[in-house]
Amino acid sequence: MLNVVLSIFLLACIAPHLYRLLGKHTGLVLALLPATLFIYFASQLSAVSQGQPLLQSWPWFPGLGIQLSFMLDGLSLLFALLITGIGTFILCYAGQYLQGHPALGRFFLFLLSFMGAMLGLVLSDNLITLFVFWELTTVSSFMLIGFNHEDSESRQKAHQGLMVTVLGGLALMTGLIMLGMAAGSYQLSDVLQQDLTGHSLYLPMLILILLGAFTKSAQTPFHFWLPNAMAAPTPVSAYLHSATMVKAGVYLLARLQPSLGGSEVWLLTLSAVGALTMLTGIFLASRATGIKKVLAYSTVMALGTLTMLLGLGTEKAALAAVTFLLAHALYKGALFMIAGILDHEAGIKDFEKASGLRKLMPRTTLVAVVAALSLAGVIPLFGFVGKELLLEAVLSGSQWQLGLTAATVLANIFVVLVAALLAIKPWFGQALPTPKPAHDPGWQMLAGPAVLATLGLIFGLLPMLPDQYLLNAAATAVYGQPISGYLALWHGINLPLMLSLGSLVLGLLLFRFWQPWRKLTAVVETLSKAGPEAGYNKLMAALVSFAAWQTRVLQNGYLRNYLLTTMATVVLLVGWAMLRLEHFELNWQFSDVRVQEAVIFLVLLTTIISAVVLNSFLGVVALLGALGFAVALIYVFFSAVDVGITQVLVETITVLLLVLVLYRLPEFRRLSSTAHRARDALIAIASGTVITLLILLVTASRSMEGIAWYFLEKSVPEGYGRNVVNVILVDFRALDTLGEIFVLALVAIGVYAMVHLRTGAKPVTNADKRLTAEQKRQQSVKGEL
Amino acid sequence: MSRQFNMRSLILSTGTTIILPLLLLFSLFLLLRGHNEPGGGFIGGLVAAAAIALKLFADDYPSAKALLRVHPLQLVGIGLALAALSSLPSLLVGDNFFTAQWWTLPLPIFGELKLSTPLIFDIGVFLGVIGTVLTVIFTLVEAEH
Repeated sequence: MLNVVLSIFLLACIAPHLYRLLGKHTGLVLALLPATLFIYFASQLSAVSQGQPLLQSWPWFPGLGIQLSFMLDGLSLLFALLITGIGTFILCYAGQYLQGHPALGRFFLFLLSFMGAMLGLVLSDNLITLFVFWELTTVSSFMLIGFNHEDSESRQKAHQGLMVTVLGGLALMTGLIMLGMAAGSYQLSDVLQQDLTGHSLYLPMLILILLGAFTKSAQTPFHFWLPNAMAAPTPVSAYLHSATMVKAGVYLLARLQPSLGGSEVWLLTLSAVGALTMLTGIFLASRATGIKKVLAYSTVMALGTLTMLLGLGTEKAALAAVTFLLAHALYKGALFMIAGILDHEAGIKDFEKASGLRKLMPRTTLVAVVAALSLAGVIPLFGFVGKELLLEAVLSGSQWQLGLTAATVLANIFVVLVAALLAIKPWFGQALPTPKPAHDPGWQMLAGPAVLATLGLIFGLLPMLPDQYLLNAAATAVYGQPISGYLALWHGINLPLMLSLGSLVLGLLLFRFWQPWRKLTAVVETLSKAGPEAGYNKLMAALVSFAAWQTRVLQNGYLRNYLLTTMATVVLLVGWAMLRLEHFELNWQFSDVRVQEAVIFLVLLTTIISAVVLNSFLGVVALLGALGFAVALIYVFFSAVDVGITQVLVETITVLLLVLVLYRLPEFRRLSSTAHRARDALIAIASGTVITLLILLVTASRSMEGIAWYFLEKSVPEGYGRNVVNVILVDFRALDTLGEIFVLALVAIGVYAMVHLRTGAKPVTNADKRLTAEQKRQQSVKGEL
Repeated sequence: MSRQFNMRSLILSTGTTIILPLLLLFSLFLLLRGHNEPGGGFIGGLVAAAAIALKLFADDYPSAKALLRVHPLQLVGIGLALAALSSLPSLLVGDNFFTAQWWTLPLPIFGELKLSTPLIFDIGVFLGVIGTVLTVIFTLVEAEH
């Protein structure tokens, strides 16, 4: 499965180049990979439906117990099939939808990265890898929402989606670490064996994990980012915001239900938030007129429903959740793609401007009607099966049965209204003129919705098909124990059927009075000014002004202030720690000091004192250079030749850099007051003293054997090198070095940006230049140590 | 920079012409011997960067830039990519991430050639250091113009 995930990322990397080669056929060619993967996952169906999860594992950070491990059970298989299956159609669709877009190659890069991340997320068997993939979906969806990055509104909305989901991601990370601590393992397959509801960390970790899941899955009050994410091109909305990414939160809840579910808090929070989201979503959907907006809000409703079902936690609810999830992915994916077709082929984005397209777009109409019927839950479509199960699950729930049932029925009435809007409004009735001459799209764009809608019909007629091979295993994974229920189209005449019929009738009635309904509820427009989105905007504004304030205070551009703050902090923290020590023993043994070391020490002392009192830039630079060379000599005495050479070279480069900036410095003058100088001297002396004491203290109380002997011993047999310093740098601790050269790269980019992106003719200030030179110096010295 | 360039010295310029190839060769020498003797990518990179900076001071900015051919930031990118990529072969063999891999190639005349991922990594460090130092220097020079 590692290869599965890696293959997508690999394809993502070469996608822009493929686009240059293949042009408008790129989408179709790229779609071959998810199609192949879909077949691979489908071939696992029978094994997984037997109840054997497929586990694969590679050591990643074995020292931390983090493994790159994957698990394929019913739940992950359901998601994997959705991601690869719908992904295949989306790639075909996007190829035509965005045909000729100058950045199409990049679009494929982002879309495939997202696909890989999402697949990794649902296949992960390790909490840490799961989190990594989770964040990757956030980042790639940010790039996708902001794809039209020249549009400031698009950027702003991408930013909003990112902030909300990243905030949740941060909470989630903490929650997952707590979960790992509580379970004693970061492997999901181990975690799921345990019931953690009684653990002392249960409540904090539950809150944090729920925060992550709720933001990602747009639960109220975080629901506002999802409709705004519709700024993305339609294929993205169809893929991310209906079938996959927004369901990541639901996936997480479903995944963790065996360990975390079943408690009172879980039940109450999830069903309450879920029901609230369900109602909020569908209510807003019934008021919107933009086709994508309506679909987005109805997706919010679906996510709320799923959360509510997971909250109930019964056997029936688990089955209902996975069934509803599949049905929703099928019809919502299709409907989003149809919304895109309407926009692309007829220029229509709004229900109010759409009417009577049936004659001009006959095939699209047919597909749209079938998909919308499934949304409405009309027999014999799969949506009906899902809705029946949903009602049954809510009716048989233990708590709040009446309230949840009422909420569900109410939501369903509005779902019927939305479905009727989608099935009737654009297609039937009086033909209105369209901005573009309307016609059916090519097969690339119609294939996806057609197949998805047809599957909705087939699964409705033969519900045992998805049930037997997939949904039962998925529900088992959610419930934690084997499921005895099964799917059927006809359950006989019972309460759910009656409720279903009733909502159908009422929904159609409401459709008749759609415009009056919108007028009646217009008061919401004013209310929403105080809604969660307004709160978000206020929060962001406050954050920005706080950031501006603290930057002004802390990052004030004066190197001396940075130094002062850093030094004073070190002195305080280290000094405080030393004062609290019980055994304060210093190493005063200087008997093994050699003559040459003493000489160097005297040289060091002389140069540094002269540097402090000298009144010339050039002199100070020269003295500091001398200081560096003396330190290099000390390294050489202790046979650290490499470090010595590096020190010499760094001194040389520093002199070069100083030559470039030196003559721009103002003349050497005394600018600071005596009081300031006294303060600086005090801090300098204090830091010198504290560091000296620290070194004496550490050498006196070394309780453990150093690790130097290890490197010395292993360097030749395991690193095949006699230069231990180099072997450490490039082999034993290569990851550290990698991090350090990343920092070097950042410094280079930073300097470049600072100088080149400066507007106006204002010269670079000396503080900036010295800062970068100093940073570089510190980094390079650190890199070698 | 204009002020410095007015004081161009013929001796320095001629000397640089002779010494520059040697310095660059020396930086490669340092890079390649680093695993067994003092040297390595970091030191080699600093020497190479200093060599090109010498060209800058002896002649002028355009010629130093021409000597490098690519923008130093590109070197940083290539270096980082090389260093990061050198972590991957171990995964293919089934070892832990970043485990060093060694290959010995027999060469008919020179004996044998030892290749390894640490060497690739070190070359990455080498390029990264050259790129960073020269980005800073070149940027500062450009700021003068």
